[in-house]
Amino acid sequence: MLNVENLDVWFGHDPDRVAAVTSAAFSVAPGESFGLVGESGSGKSTILRAIAGLIDSWSGRIEVAGKPVAGSRRDRAFYKTVQMVFQDPYASLHPRHSVDAVLSETLRLQGMGDIDRRITRLLDDVGLGRGFRFRYPHQLSGGQRQRVAIARALAAEPRLLLLDEPTSALDVSVQAEILNLLADLRAEHGLTYVMVSHDLAVIGHMCERLAVMQQGRILEIMSADALRRGAGDDPYTRRLIAASAGYSRA
Amino acid sequence: MNQTLPQSRREWLLSDAPQTRRQARLGAIYQGWLTFRSNKLAMLGLIVLVLLIGMAILAPWLSPQSPFSQNLAGRLQPPSAAHWLGTDHLGRDILSRLIHGSRITLFIVGTVALIAPVIGLFIGTVAGFAGGWVDQVLMRITDIFLAFPKLILALAFVAALGPSIGNAVLALALTAWPPYARLARAETLTIRNADYIAAARLQGAGPMRLLIRHIWPLCISSLIVRVALDMAGIILSAAGLGFLGLGAQPPMPEWGAMISDGRTYILDFWWVAAMPGIAIFIVSMAFNLLGDGLRDVLDPKGGRQ
Amino acid sequence: MSPPLLSIRDLRVSFPTRQGIFEAVRGVSFDLGRERLGVVGESGSGKSMTGRAILGLVRPPGRVTAERMQLDGQSILNLPERRMRKIRGSRISMVMQDPKFSLNPVMTVGAQIIEAYRLHAGGAKAEARRKALEMLQAVQIRDPERVMGAYPHQVSGGMGQRIMIAMMLAPDPQILIADEPTSALDVSVRTEVLNIMDRLVRDRGMGLIFISHDLNLVAQFCDRVLIMYAGRIVETLPAQDLHRARHPYTQGLLNSLPRLDAPVARLPVLHRQDSWRDDLPEGL
Repeated sequence: MLNVENLDVWFGHDPDRVAAVTSAAFSVAPGESFGLVGESGSGKSTILRAIAGLIDSWSGRIEVAGKPVAGSRRDRAFYKTVQMVFQDPYASLHPRHSVDAVLSETLRLQGMGDIDRRITRLLDDVGLGRGFRFRYPHQLSGGQRQRVAIARALAAEPRLLLLDEPTSALDVSVQAEILNLLADLRAEHGLTYVMVSHDLAVIGHMCERLAVMQQGRILEIMSADALRRGAGDDPYTRRLIAASAGYSRA
Repeated sequence: MNQTLPQSRREWLLSDAPQTRRQARLGAIYQGWLTFRSNKLAMLGLIVLVLLIGMAILAPWLSPQSPFSQNLAGRLQPPSAAHWLGTDHLGRDILSRLIHGSRITLFIVGTVALIAPVIGLFIGTVAGFAGGWVDQVLMRITDIFLAFPKLILALAFVAALGPSIGNAVLALALTAWPPYARLARAETLTIRNADYIAAARLQGAGPMRLLIRHIWPLCISSLIVRVALDMAGIILSAAGLGFLGLGAQPPMPEWGAMISDGRTYILDFWWVAAMPGIAIFIVSMAFNLLGDGLRDVLDPKGGRQ
Repeated sequence: MSPPLLSIRDLRVSFPTRQGIFEAVRGVSFDLGRERLGVVGESGSGKSMTGRAILGLVRPPGRVTAERMQLDGQSILNLPERRMRKIRGSRISMVMQDPKFSLNPVMTVGAQIIEAYRLHAGGAKAEARRKALEMLQAVQIRDPERVMGAYPHQVSGGMGQRIMIAMMLAPDPQILIADEPTSALDVSVRTEVLNIMDRLVRDRGMGLIFISHDLNLVAQFCDRVLIMYAGRIVETLPAQDLHRARHPYTQGLLNSLPRLDAPVARLPVLHRQDSWRDDLPEGL
């Protein structure tokens, strides 16, 4: 479904060029859920943005559903295959657009007909119900906003969802609801996920395989089972797992 | 539609769960109105401006005399029962001239307020959104306009185009847009990288759509506030052009030109210059108060409790 | 048992809104001794507002009322701003979530610590400087001389938070209120910052109020935990007994966390009940 080879991403121009990602490579099978973990600045979100076409300063090879992409240009078919959910639900909805406006614009852009019925279905799918259709973002809680963002991503009926820390701005009880929703949607629509998080437990819960990143490099790719056992090959991975298990008094 | 619901109209408007597009939109407007209404001074400004508009519409019926009829025998009369605000050097009733002049003032203000921010919005957002050389070129042009004092530039325009009220308005509009362009560009730069723009891009939205549907609505509110606050300056500039004889031509009762007429007599017959001066002051003040109130309502960063 | 450092009874914080009075904190009571007290809850539970109310940082039109709010037996409820400022910093300090917003970007780190110290302790500049260096060493900054001359944007997040702690502890306060001090930090840095805070608080016999949304972290770090919901304390527990919590809200919060050591197919979801808003907490 997704194949990334030898990916370099950088920001700025020589001589101030900063490498954000260095020779990253991984592939994700259809229907799989793949995690990218690492601390801030490790380049995990940058990879997602490069795939989505939101960054054009990259080199290497990115293949989505067997088709290579280039730069930041993407065609219509790409947006029907790949969609993204962003980290901060307070920043990912236009403050002046109601839920209805967001979803109907999205559906129209994707060339869908029968917009009324589809909006109702999307809202039902993400567990909001039609009562939310005409609300503005400031009338929604963080969890409800994230549900709208997920509905927007689903509107195009994509096969690959890029999830950029979708729950890190939410309370734990709301996080549980959103993670359950994402798991249900994946089962229902046969979606493939690439999920970025700094929270190992969330990745362990959601993904089958994951890549551990540090300073722009993928240190290792491991299974969620190995993560649970705390069995990383790299000392950094083991440190990260130990640290995220919680605080133990020195 | 609201009658069918077992709730008051106020509750219907303030509902957190609107049922229709119309209810949502009206509710948002009503919320804004409530915020605005809680600002007493802004309400005062609004009332003054509503009165001004009413005065302009009803000018022929409101004014006690014709603004043009001269009476050289009764020139420079102080305020009295016959002439509430006195008469000018040609014996014309100042009150009637002020009332008719409100039309000219509104025409100037309205036209400038329509043209300048639109030019500014367009240039600023395109520059901010496109970036690169487009940004460079547009912003350098803006800088050139900003490098001249506004009134001097307007004077140059009017001098070239010929003195008339239409040309004065055009000159004012052409010199007033650069600050709006700057403002719109600054806003665009912060909005451009927002996640909701990225999300719209991922739906396949093109640059035109992003600009018009996503960026403009967020820039417009701060521009409206800025325009309302600038209005006083525009009225004063228009009056300044009138005062210098480059705006409205006699015998049009333009307020600035009226001050200019009264200038010669200011020491002995103060009311001739003072009355239009007070009118300009009141209207400018009203716009400023209105602008402050609008800022509370429209500022997207202000958030609402 | 020695008298508590801080004693609070029936603390209420309210804000007028268009829909009427909104009570962010609704009758919170607790005593703080020389201990690490965790305050846990979700966003909107009133946990941060409680901390702000203690420091007198609730801005009008917010209103703070309490039957009792005493620091060392002396009332600090609604003191005039000038007297509150003396207490803030010298007797109660606060560490905020993000050091980026709490440090002055145009002053060097050293100048800020020195200023903070002299504001409360007075004394000569050289003395304050020596103390600042000492504080930076205490928060395990390896090269304190260099960091003193650095500007806040030149230091990392973890370093910034340690500097904040150094600054807050310089005047030897009796109580430290830490509002989500580690949630902007990476896990590897988090442990370090917590260790430093732990050691300092213990060595100086301070009282610590640790406000956080992270139940497990609080349970591991603190001695005692208050769980807040909708502006009230629903449960008070010794930290080691957290996993034996009885209130369904506490249990729900604990269960809704995904865990590496106990994988589940579906996460249990918290079903909020209206009765949690108003039932009296057990054991009070």
